[in-house]
Amino acid sequence: MASATARHGRQPGVPDLREPAGWRRGKNQLMTALMVLAFLIVLVPLVLVLYLVIQKGAQAISWQFLTGSIPPNVMPLGFNGSGMGPAVVGTLEITGFAALMAIPLGVLGAVYINEYGGRSVLSKVISFMSDVMTGVPSVVMGLFIYTIWVLHFGYSGLAGSFALACLMLPIVIRSTYEMLRLVPDNLRQGSYALGATKSRVTLTVVLPAAVGGIVSGCLLAVARAAGETAPLLFTILTVETTNTNLFSGANTALSAQIFANATSPYVGAEARAWGAALTLIVIAFVLMIVARIITARFTRYSR
Amino acid sequence: MEQRENEITAKVTVPETATGRRPGSQAGPTVFDLDKVSVYYGAFRAVTDVSMTIHENEITAFIGPSGCGKTTVLRSLNRMNDLIPGARVDGKIRYRGAGLYDVQASPTAVRRRIGMVFQKANPFPKSIYDNIAYGPRINGIRGKSRLDEIVETALRQAALWDEVKDRLGKSGLGLSGGQAQRLCIARTLAVEPDVVLMDEPCSALDPIATGRIEDLMQEIKSKFTIVIVTHNMQQATRVSDRTAFFSVLRNEKPGQSDTRTGVLVEYDRTANIFDNPKDERTQAYVTGRMG
Repeated sequence: MASATARHGRQPGVPDLREPAGWRRGKNQLMTALMVLAFLIVLVPLVLVLYLVIQKGAQAISWQFLTGSIPPNVMPLGFNGSGMGPAVVGTLEITGFAALMAIPLGVLGAVYINEYGGRSVLSKVISFMSDVMTGVPSVVMGLFIYTIWVLHFGYSGLAGSFALACLMLPIVIRSTYEMLRLVPDNLRQGSYALGATKSRVTLTVVLPAAVGGIVSGCLLAVARAAGETAPLLFTILTVETTNTNLFSGANTALSAQIFANATSPYVGAEARAWGAALTLIVIAFVLMIVARIITARFTRYSR
Repeated sequence: MEQRENEITAKVTVPETATGRRPGSQAGPTVFDLDKVSVYYGAFRAVTDVSMTIHENEITAFIGPSGCGKTTVLRSLNRMNDLIPGARVDGKIRYRGAGLYDVQASPTAVRRRIGMVFQKANPFPKSIYDNIAYGPRINGIRGKSRLDEIVETALRQAALWDEVKDRLGKSGLGLSGGQAQRLCIARTLAVEPDVVLMDEPCSALDPIATGRIEDLMQEIKSKFTIVIVTHNMQQATRVSDRTAFFSVLRNEKPGQSDTRTGVLVEYDRTANIFDNPKDERTQAYVTGRMG
C-alpha cells in the first residue's frame, strides 16, 4: 500500500503526523461517506419536485396563462386566451395583505420577547403561545376564521388573509426571535454606553444587525402561506373570476385552483394545475431574489 | 445625608495626607465620590464597601486579580450594571456632586456624560463614519458639515484619522483589532463625554497597538477624566496617576458555603502603590507573589 511505502520511505527521526491507522481513520471515512449519502438523499425529493413541476408546468406557462381568465375545467389548455389570471391576482392580494398584517406584528412581538420582555411572565406566555400556534394545523386556522369572521361577514379575500396571517405570525415571531438572540450583546452595550435609549438601541443597532435573518424568516413564512390551500377553502370560497376587491366577495388563489383543477379528471385542467404550481414556485423564487437584493443593501457593512 | 458627606470628605483626605503628594501634583476636582459602595448580582455580593474619590483629568487604574470586582465597580460608574438583571448598587456614588443612582437620574443621561470602552472592540456593523456619528446623532446633532467635523475631530483624537480618512464609507468591521479599538474610543469621544471608562481596552491587542492606545490616553487626559481597568500592571504604572488595588476577600465561616467578595485594598498615587505599598496584599500582588 502507498501509505506503507510512505511510512517506510520516511527519514528517521521525522514524526508521523497522519491520523493513526485503524478504527479512528476508518470511522472518519465511514462518517464522511454517510454524510455525503445523507446529502444526496436530501437532494432527491428536492430535485424531483422541481424537475416534475417544471417539466409538466413549463408547457402551460405563457403571458396569456398568467393573465387570462379561468375557463370551465373541461376546456383544453390555452382555450380562447384562458389561463390562471384571477388566481394570480388573488394569491398576490391575499398573501400580500396577510404579510402586511403578520410581519410587522410578528417582528414587534419578537422584539418585545427578546428586547423588552426579558424573563417576564407576559414574555414567556407570548413565546409559549406562538410555539403552540406553530403546531396548529392550517385547516384549523381556516375553520377558526370561518367561525369568527366568515359566518358574520361572508366569504372574502380578507378572511383568507386573516387565516394566512394567523399561520405566518408564529413563524415570523420565532425566526425573528432567533435572529435577535444572535445579535451580540456587546453591540447593545456599545450603544447604551453612548447614552442611547432602549428604543434607539433596538432600532439602530439590534434590528439592522439582524435584518438579514429576519427577512429570510419572513419570506419563508410568506412562501409557506402562499402555498396553503386548506385555510383558503373555508374563507375565500374559490371562484373562477377575478376579484380585485380584497374586502368583499368570494375570491380565488393559485393554491386553491391547483387543488380544484388537479382533482378534476380533465386533461386541460390537469395541465392548468401544473402551470399554477410552477407559477407559485416562481412567485416564491422571485420574492426570495428581491428580498436578497434588499437585504444585501442593509447588510453591506456586516462583513 | 449632610453629615455623611462630611464623613466622606474626611475619610478621603486622610490617605492623601498620610502618603504625601508628589511635589507639584495637585489633585484636581473630584469627579466620582464613592461611599461604601457594594454591588450585588442577585444575592451575590460582588464588591463590598468600596470608598474612593476619582479626580478630574487624571488616569485612575483599577488593578487586581480576576473576580475582585474591578470591572463591576467600573461598570457601576456609568450604570452599565443596570443592564444586568438582578444587579443592584448599595451605598452612594456621587458624580460631580450629583447622586448617580438617585431616583431622578436617568441612565441615558449618565452615559452621555460618562462613556465606556469595552474589553473587546465592538464596532457597529455600519460604516466607519456612521460608527463615529452614531453618538452625536442620538444626541440630536444633524447636519452634514457639523457631523463631518465631529467625525474628523474624534478620529484625530483617537489617532486613527490618517489610517481611515480615505475609507470612511467602508465597514467598521473591516478594521484590525487595534484600529477597531481606536474606532471605539473615537466613537466614545465623539459625544464629548466628561469621563471615559475603559475596561481592559488593550487585553486583546499586541504591544504596538497597546502602545498607541496608551499614548492616546495621555494625549486626551487633559480633556477627559479616564478610569481604566487593567490586568497589566506595567500598563498601570505607565499610564495612570492613581491606582486602586482590589482583591478578593474570602469569608469561610464553618458550616457555611464559601462566600467571596471583592474589596478595595489600597488606593493611592500609582508610584506609591507600586514602590511603597502599605498593605502587604498589595505588596504581594505588585511584586508578583500573588494573583
